[in-house]
Amino acid sequence: MTSARRRTRGRLPVVLVLPAVVGLAFLLVPLVGLLVRAPWDTLPEQLFSSSVGEALRLSLVCASLATVVCLVLGVPLAWLLARGDVPGRGVLRALVTVPLVLPPVVGGVALLFVLGRRGLVGQYLDAWFGISLPFTTAGVVLAEAFVAMPFLVISVEGALRAADPRYEEAAATLGASRWLAFRRVTLPSILPGVVAGTVLCWARALGEFGATITFAGNFPGETTTMPLAVYLALETDPDAAIVLSVVLLLVSVGVLAALRDRWISGPS
Amino acid sequence: MTLHADLRVGRAGFVLAAEVTVEPGEVVALLGPNGAGKTTALRALAGLLPLSGGHIRVGGQTWDAPPEVFRPAERRPIGVVFQDYLLFAHLSALENVAFGLRARGTGRAAAREEAARWLDRVGLAAHAKAKPRTLSGGQAQRVALARALATSPELLLLDEPLAALDAATRLHVRAELGHHLRDYPGHTLLVTHDPLDAMVLADRLVVLEHGRVVQEGTPTEVARRPRTSYVADLVGLNLYRGTAHGTAVSLDAGGTLTIATPASGPVHVVFPPTAVSLHPEHPTGSPRNAWRVTVAGIERHAHTTRVRLDGVPPVLADITTATVADLRLQPGDELWAAVKATEVHAYPS
Amino acid sequence: MRALALVVLLVVAGCGADSSGAEVGGAVDGRVTVFAAASLTETFTRLGEDFEAAHPGVEVVFNFGGSSALAQQINQGAPADVFASAAPANMTQVGDAGGISGAAVTFARNRLEIAVPKGNPAGITGLADFGDADAKIALCAEQVPCGAAAKRAFEAAGVTARPDTLEQDVKAVLTKVRLGEVDAALVYRTDVRSTGEVEGIEFPEADRTVNDYPIAPLAKARNAAGARAFIDHVRSDRGRAVLAEAGFDTP
Repeated sequence: MTSARRRTRGRLPVVLVLPAVVGLAFLLVPLVGLLVRAPWDTLPEQLFSSSVGEALRLSLVCASLATVVCLVLGVPLAWLLARGDVPGRGVLRALVTVPLVLPPVVGGVALLFVLGRRGLVGQYLDAWFGISLPFTTAGVVLAEAFVAMPFLVISVEGALRAADPRYEEAAATLGASRWLAFRRVTLPSILPGVVAGTVLCWARALGEFGATITFAGNFPGETTTMPLAVYLALETDPDAAIVLSVVLLLVSVGVLAALRDRWISGPS
Repeated sequence: MTLHADLRVGRAGFVLAAEVTVEPGEVVALLGPNGAGKTTALRALAGLLPLSGGHIRVGGQTWDAPPEVFRPAERRPIGVVFQDYLLFAHLSALENVAFGLRARGTGRAAAREEAARWLDRVGLAAHAKAKPRTLSGGQAQRVALARALATSPELLLLDEPLAALDAATRLHVRAELGHHLRDYPGHTLLVTHDPLDAMVLADRLVVLEHGRVVQEGTPTEVARRPRTSYVADLVGLNLYRGTAHGTAVSLDAGGTLTIATPASGPVHVVFPPTAVSLHPEHPTGSPRNAWRVTVAGIERHAHTTRVRLDGVPPVLADITTATVADLRLQPGDELWAAVKATEVHAYPS
Repeated sequence: MRALALVVLLVVAGCGADSSGAEVGGAVDGRVTVFAAASLTETFTRLGEDFEAAHPGVEVVFNFGGSSALAQQINQGAPADVFASAAPANMTQVGDAGGISGAAVTFARNRLEIAVPKGNPAGITGLADFGDADAKIALCAEQVPCGAAAKRAFEAAGVTARPDTLEQDVKAVLTKVRLGEVDAALVYRTDVRSTGEVEGIEFPEADRTVNDYPIAPLAKARNAAGARAFIDHVRSDRGRAVLAEAGFDTP
């Protein structure tokens, strides 16, 4: 009874706390497993080996470029879905989430069907411009963007739909075109949603494996990102695979935590 | 440069069909109960909602005339003060006021200079850098007004501009708003459901019920000759301008009224017709205000009878049908009107 | 140790007796769980159907996957009766962990072949074309068996391959050829046979790429008799015919 802490509201309900704790454990225990099994003594050596550095650099660059692609295309798409007067919006909204439910390998094959050397579009890219996307770093960026974009679109659309459209009307009465109103009024007001979506999108792109290896293949320095390196290392040297995973984990957690502190300050 | 609007908007289960005219420098209040179509009319004038019939013309320019012409909001020279102001939360007060100037092509430096002038005019020069959420309700209202007026619009639209304020703030903001509206040379349309706001701020009232104009005229005309019970209830106010010296207010229209709470300087004095009692002789006892009046007209409404009385000052009284019978009221009868000082409210003007 | 070996021998002999009983039917029943290399998908599915038809009451359940992944699953305690690997190394991993019962036997051999898209648009003729910078080439990554085999072939041919991609498994390589995304690739002969959409080109150095497919019953088998009987079925004349048809060499 000497405790200085006093409860301002009743006890936390067990029906919420129990599943929450189980859920947290469910997410964290596999990570603990990874960390326990990691051969910490060889970690620094692996970390500074050129092939790991190369894969890590490629992963960060490709995930960031893919995120830029997603932002440039995804934010306007989210706006169209949330505010545009397009027929069949419900169907469009469902279609946008397709890459979420599609196994990524299938997504990669679908990209090959379209942008591959003999693909619907790719054959003309190749014939007219000499552009071939598979087996290139650009291909990695495309594959990652394809898989990651729904995360951004869904978050931004949610933020847009929660935003009060009357602010856009207020901007219109002040003489702002829809584009200016979007840029100067709507976008700043949904910034937290955009940042959250960007972070999710980047994280998804960073971990992308299936679509990348299927569409862009695997060649060191060109298309071998960390997840691909992890997968191949698992074939012969599981210890190395764990080290690679831990490196990817540390870097991504570091970046995400830094972003969070910078952009998503919780309600204080 | 008169504004002529024949507003016709059809929506599911609701039709607005109202004609409104506003002269330059005139303040017109669109008054009516919730759901009467006030906001629809305002949105149509703002260009946020296209007309389905009729027209909006200002001077030689047509803003809306379906099906050929529709000028969207961003291409109309308007300023709107919204009910909850809709200040942009991520912009400072100054940037909010400069927004319209920037959107209409004014350079950055010039826009900020002009915005600063407007903030100064509404007495908020010290709050130029403040974000809207740090402003009080009254301050936010003034920023919204400055933002709407900064672009020198031809038409100023005010949507329940005082509704979001608490009672105490309201008095001061109403008086200030009145000053700004008097200085503003363009057309002003004020949407409100508060008769006091309408009568204090507007030169002319347009009363809207079920999407139609049921009456229009100066506040005094409408109050003296309400055409429907709704208008009688709504606009049933005795309103005078005067100058207060302590508890005595000498009225511009002549006569003196005693108020309970001392005040000083120019005021509006208000009391409802139900506060007025009529007596055949000079009343004795508590009423602190009593003066001689002559019956000018008698109008019966659903629950009450409104009696128009000439005198110094002229006054409206709502009395029960039984009292009418008791007093055998006829136009031309001479009576005493009495109002308790506690029923008379004075607002700074 | 001798005593233990004797026991093992007796047990193996016992199993043998059981399986000989199985051949006349009746003694084998229940479920037989087979972990098999992905390259065996088509042949083992057929052999499983045959086996079920010959032994009413028996159900064969397959888990096809990469040999190394399967070996790891078995070592982590996955419930399996039979392991058929595409490489002896993975069988050794299980054997070293004490996971197999008795000795593994080689039941099939596979070798690499050049796969080109139908019509061979790039005019590939042999391994030398894999050094051409202009040709799009897909190979298996060196970490997986088909990649290691390809490396041996190039060493034997004295060719420096210039691949555009190093795929994680042979099926992924095959997909790239089928879609025409690459001009040539090295895959197993069985992979070429498995689809009508690619053409195979044999090359002399393929002898250096032969890899053995070992099969063994597992120590923790729940259905030891079934495991034995299935392995016998794979090694029977009928089994060898199915494997040969798919492009395997059968010892």
